[in-house]
Amino acid sequence: MTDRYDVLIIGAGHNGLVCAAYLAKAGRKVLVLERSDQPGGAAITREFAPGFKVSACAHILHMLQPKVVRDLNLKAHGLDLSGPSIDTISLAEDGNHLTIRPQSIEGAQLNEADKAAYVAFIKRMERFAKTLAPQLLKTPPRLASAGFRNAMKLAGMGWDIRFGLGKKRMRDFLRIIGMNIHDLLDEVFESEALKGALALDAVLGTAMEPRMPGTVLTYLYRLAGGLKSTPTLPMGGMGSVTAALADAATSFGAEIRTAAPVERVLLEGGRAVGIVLAGGKELRAPSVISNADPKTTFLKLVGARNLEAGLAHRIGNLRASGRAAKLHMVLNSLPDFTGLRQDALGNRLVIAPSRKYLERAFNHSKYGEFSDAPAIEITLPSIADPSLAPAGKHVLSAIVQYAPYDLKGGWDAQRDAFVERLVDVISAYAPDFRDKMTAVECLTPVDIEREFGMTGGHWHHGELALDQMFMMRPTYGTAQYRTPINGLYLCGAGAHPGGGVMGAAGHNAAHAIIAGDR
Amino acid sequence: MPAKYDKEHFRKHSLPTPFYPRLAELLQDSSWKSWKGYLSAGYFENVEIEYFAIRNACSVMDLSPMCKYRISGQDAEAFLNRMVTRDMSKLKPGRVGYSVWCNDQGKVIDDGTVFRFDENTYRLCAYERQYEWLMISSAGFDVDISEETEAVAALSVQGPTSFAVLSKMGLSGIETLKPFGIMHFPYHGSELMVSRTGFTADLGYELWVESAKALTLWDELFEAGKHHGIRAIGTGALDIARIEAGFIQAADDFTPANHTIRKDHDRSPLELGLGWLVHLDKPNFTGRRALIREKDKGSRYRFVKLDIDGNKPAHASYIFHGHKKKAGVVTSAVWSPTCKKNIAFASLEVARDHPLDDLWAEVYYQRELQWSRAWQRCRVHDAPFWNPPRRRATPPGLF
Repeated sequence: MTDRYDVLIIGAGHNGLVCAAYLAKAGRKVLVLERSDQPGGAAITREFAPGFKVSACAHILHMLQPKVVRDLNLKAHGLDLSGPSIDTISLAEDGNHLTIRPQSIEGAQLNEADKAAYVAFIKRMERFAKTLAPQLLKTPPRLASAGFRNAMKLAGMGWDIRFGLGKKRMRDFLRIIGMNIHDLLDEVFESEALKGALALDAVLGTAMEPRMPGTVLTYLYRLAGGLKSTPTLPMGGMGSVTAALADAATSFGAEIRTAAPVERVLLEGGRAVGIVLAGGKELRAPSVISNADPKTTFLKLVGARNLEAGLAHRIGNLRASGRAAKLHMVLNSLPDFTGLRQDALGNRLVIAPSRKYLERAFNHSKYGEFSDAPAIEITLPSIADPSLAPAGKHVLSAIVQYAPYDLKGGWDAQRDAFVERLVDVISAYAPDFRDKMTAVECLTPVDIEREFGMTGGHWHHGELALDQMFMMRPTYGTAQYRTPINGLYLCGAGAHPGGGVMGAAGHNAAHAIIAGDR
Repeated sequence: MPAKYDKEHFRKHSLPTPFYPRLAELLQDSSWKSWKGYLSAGYFENVEIEYFAIRNACSVMDLSPMCKYRISGQDAEAFLNRMVTRDMSKLKPGRVGYSVWCNDQGKVIDDGTVFRFDENTYRLCAYERQYEWLMISSAGFDVDISEETEAVAALSVQGPTSFAVLSKMGLSGIETLKPFGIMHFPYHGSELMVSRTGFTADLGYELWVESAKALTLWDELFEAGKHHGIRAIGTGALDIARIEAGFIQAADDFTPANHTIRKDHDRSPLELGLGWLVHLDKPNFTGRRALIREKDKGSRYRFVKLDIDGNKPAHASYIFHGHKKKAGVVTSAVWSPTCKKNIAFASLEVARDHPLDDLWAEVYYQRELQWSRAWQRCRVHDAPFWNPPRRRATPPGLF
């Protein structure tokens, strides 16, 4: 073998690319191995019908860490953040829609009290999100270790909460952090339409509903991730972001090999010494970093029998059952949403008219059924970005909740019925919708697992909940990017701080590896 | 799980074993103890007399409460090899091996014996309940694990005349059975399994039958042994013998790792003097990485067998180095009637290269309610206190 690498990275998803770029920039010889034909993982732009393209999974860019953009000089590598900033419009069947902007709200017959309360609420939540935000780009502390650095990290977190927030705000923070978003919204607002729309942000992409404890935390987490940026539709789709990342990584000297699926991690004497590609070819390097989800990494690529029994058990028990589906459609022309001006269609349109609506949608998923009336986040990205569809035609990209991974009877038999439901639900807001659509693609969690290799089809590589966050992500004993297997590291969404096109896990993993080698 | 339970079983504090009717007849003053939920005799008549049955004649102890699990399937060997610290690929069918198993941190969960019946079938015998840990450890292996504590009755037959008794019972070929070997005999339409194992470091066997045959076995055994000094014994006598033999006991000499709450209250196999059971050169097993680190960094504790001056057992005594510096604590202690020595196990908190030439025990003892204290010199004893050639002789002697 002629190639000598310092680092092998399994998976060229956005975190794998961020990690590769940082390590290559620090002088490591890096090889990234990607199973599909292009880098990007699930953060790609993909043709789903001839001439029509959409972001395959996440479609709104609002969490990409500015530090990552700066450090890796991503703009020079083609990152285009000129896409339109978008507002959220919560649709109402009667056309009395609610428009939510970062600093104001209007519509839906809101009273003045709610309008004022919204401004205060966002200010209050952003203050808390600011306390959490610095944690996103840090390696979580180890609770079991009494070392000085760990003690300082914990003390730092405590300091931020106590002295950063001050006594009054700290009390408020500690009171609400474990609460459910349903009850918190009741304390603040009157309008149910507003409560429904805000509650959606707390549960989107999770297996939770608004009455579940921990949904205030997920809401704050979402705010913390996007604190310094406004939601944007990425020009060219999400694939343009990973293309820029891949370009940056290769410019620093990293090598990306596509169509190279890794079959397992090569172990010798309990240490990771390389990988074995499908087909049997071995590649060796002192460090192996996995961007795959924790279950895939530990139970498939390493194998339970090569782990301690306790760790294998905890990994097996990780909650990673996706409940969000992705809907892609070709539209012959723009549909007419009742009461919505054509020039507002480029925004983020959500169907979450009340918290009860979300709860009822969730109920079905508890019993292995898809929601009868799902919550939907709709974007029409081709309005701002003509590269995604032929002139005059459009694509729709929507996240649909709840579509449980473990659907009773299986998805293959029910995908069409689900799509029918979705068309009916959207048609209630846009009566001519059915006439406009032609091609349809629906990626259920099962499809997402199949296509992108994410266990359970969970976008975050594991539920984002208190028991699987910070120093518990993915589980204690392997929450600092380093695994118990010497030479093997995690850099994906299954590690802190989780998913969303953030780049934080990849950034943190690279820094943990660089710091560990010193 | 066991196939069926008496629905009212939960109303009883402890369950009877299959030998209960015979034990109850012999028990003089209701010295029942609970052994993992089963009624077990502390002693029948007198601990000393029962102890001497182990060393001078033939003792019989009801072993049925021992937690027993059947492990089978094509990955059974790989599964056990990943779970226990000892290299199980070396254990051949028809053989028994003693081992310990650890948690992820390399701390002992329990010790026990592994019986290999054939290529893909094993029995694990443990002091503690292990079903949950077995299930946790089974992820990724093609194995079936079933609890057979209820289904299998067992007797430990130990002592110099034990071979003579079993021969008299008509177990032909038993004279060829070597230590840690297993033999099967047809038994009243069922099967009797005999293993040459025990917890006494003496000539002895363990007898295993389905529970329905338990009383038949007991009666035939006692009939065969009536001229060989056969005697039912309780756990008290065994405790003396096992300390003489140098065998540690879970919950006495270490707290099983799954029960410890406080930091540093658990023990690794290296800290229990069981380094000989830890095969770091075999494929991955639970605790291996932690044990490699421990070997590198040094252990927190040292296990020692002590020969202590005087004749007062050093129960729970502190051990000091040079009269001044606390070095550890006694975990098991007894006056050895056969060795005529005051013996003990201790767990010391000293570095591995620390000299152990000036150890003292602070022994407290009572005479007619008056407490006295004595400083007694301790000598570290490397070999077992009791290890007679008859333990290993094959064919065994007809005493």
